[in-house]
Amino acid sequence: MLIRTEKLTKVYCAGTVEVRALDGVDLEVEAGEYVALMGASGSGKSTLMHLLGCLDTPTSGRYWFNGADISSLPDENLARLRNREIGFVFQSFNLLARLSAIANVQLPMVYAGVGPKERRARAEELLELVGLRDRARHRPNELSGGEMQRVAVARALANRPRLLLADEPTGNLDSRTGREIMALFDSLANQGNTVLLVTHDQTVADHARRIVRLSDGRIVA
Amino acid sequence: MRPLELLKLSIETFRTHKLRSSLTVLGIIIGVMTVIAIISLIQGMNYEVERQISSLGSNTIFLQKISWGMGRLDFEELARRPDLTHADAVAIAGLPGIARVGVTRARQIPKIVWHGNKVTDVELQGTTPSFSAIHNYEVETGRFLNSDDSLRKHQVCVIGGYIIDNLFPNHNPLGKRLTIEGKSFTVVGTLVRKGSFLGQSQDNVILVPITTFEKSFSAGRGVGEIMHSLSIMIQPRRGYPVERAVDEVRELMRRRHGLAYNKPDDFGINTQDTIREIYQNITRVAYIVMIAVAAISLLVGGIGIMNIMLVAVTERTREIGLRKALGATNQNILWQFLLESVMLSLVGGAVGIAVGMGLAKLVEVLAHLKAAAPFWTIALGFGFSASVGIFFGIYPASRAAKLNPIEALRYE
Repeated sequence: MLIRTEKLTKVYCAGTVEVRALDGVDLEVEAGEYVALMGASGSGKSTLMHLLGCLDTPTSGRYWFNGADISSLPDENLARLRNREIGFVFQSFNLLARLSAIANVQLPMVYAGVGPKERRARAEELLELVGLRDRARHRPNELSGGEMQRVAVARALANRPRLLLADEPTGNLDSRTGREIMALFDSLANQGNTVLLVTHDQTVADHARRIVRLSDGRIVA
Repeated sequence: MRPLELLKLSIETFRTHKLRSSLTVLGIIIGVMTVIAIISLIQGMNYEVERQISSLGSNTIFLQKISWGMGRLDFEELARRPDLTHADAVAIAGLPGIARVGVTRARQIPKIVWHGNKVTDVELQGTTPSFSAIHNYEVETGRFLNSDDSLRKHQVCVIGGYIIDNLFPNHNPLGKRLTIEGKSFTVVGTLVRKGSFLGQSQDNVILVPITTFEKSFSAGRGVGEIMHSLSIMIQPRRGYPVERAVDEVRELMRRRHGLAYNKPDDFGINTQDTIREIYQNITRVAYIVMIAVAAISLLVGGIGIMNIMLVAVTERTREIGLRKALGATNQNILWQFLLESVMLSLVGGAVGIAVGMGLAKLVEVLAHLKAAAPFWTIALGFGFSASVGIFFGIYPASRAAKLNPIEALRYE
């Protein structure tokens, strides 16, 4: 079991009002699964993704990642988990504009302390995998949206994470490039990667082998 | 994360924000520049002054009408002071601890002309043969004044290098006759050069026998009168403590002037230490002014750096969020921004050191004053700027480090 949560709850305080963004979520994801997390905006899917991605800690409930309870780990350990075990793909790509494609891909390895030579080799290999070998020296503003998202996918894979977390990965792309990106996720899932898609788009969710629906902070299906 | 990677990150801001970075570090540049320029000038001056002071003869005591550095001169009180006399000198020479006594009177000569060449503002001194031994004046050619000159009031003089250069550029000065304020003097010797001090030549000097001086020139008024009054130079025996000699001379003079125990001295006893003290008072003021100027500009520079770093943190909120999502720890982020501000101020410091040394060099060339920038001033400059970078960079950096990654990623 790669992911197991038990009564995972997140409460935000918006002024005097308590907002229960996540209300007792029990979720299990096996290693190698291809799961879509669906829900309308405000359903709590982003909150769940942040918790699963170790970007935030729950108000209550527990979260086991790869068998270890990480519900209340200190910041430093969460940073290490994000670095080694989780690969993020964002809707808006989030590439550093000053850096070339290959330097962006190397970023997680920089924080992992991988040497420059090894980093470069691994980044080239990853860019090859996403089909951007010849665009390695380009800056993000010289790339198309689809290409930027491919670079982001390559970056997410840099430290060979156990979990690939994609938050609306096709949200900023036209439908044709969106399909190309989804094909990339499909092939990554077929190669044995654990992929968790967060989306409100049924056609995107249909790529996954299992769909988890969220509404008002609870799993409904 | 490797330290080298952090260093690379911190240099990046210079590439991306050249103008902004250089404007930011201006305050640091000015602060460090001031410190370096003033320290190296004062160091150069220290060296020069120390050389001058020791050239006076290490243990010479100057007994004069006034004390050096006594602050504002009270001319009325000075006018009431009795003149020092040759008899005083003779009495002092009789003290057991004293090896040698000389006397001088001085006079500023506005202009001396010889065959169309001229020198101005010449220091004319009437003195005795012992002067050369006490004052470290050495004869280059010819001879020094001797006791026969004093006894017979010979119209002879010994001249400094500046006079030779300006009056006798193509002649051997020995045997030539100079007219000084209507009196004629024969040049019998020349002095080894002493060089210049604070841009003023020390070789613009003419020595004549004291007796001839007293016969030929009368006292002026005011400052001129004080200059004209007799100075007695006293050299204690080798190994005899200078302080003890000073006490004995003071005791003797108070007795000779009939001063009551509760009356202040009506003469001045000056030593090398007196000059050193005066000089140290001057440089102390210079140091205080320098520290104030430097502190203000470093403060202003530091605030500038803090301001720009806060702007950088805000501008790069998304980047910070992303870096955190990719595994940067709070410490990684802290160091990234802290090193960036330290880098900024270090570059400012380096430029400040370079400009400051250049400035000191410029003053050296223009004012003929030796500038010296010892290694520690460079270390000081870097130390100053690094601490400014750390002090004013820690707040923006810790703000960056504490950013919530989720909110930072959402930031537009």
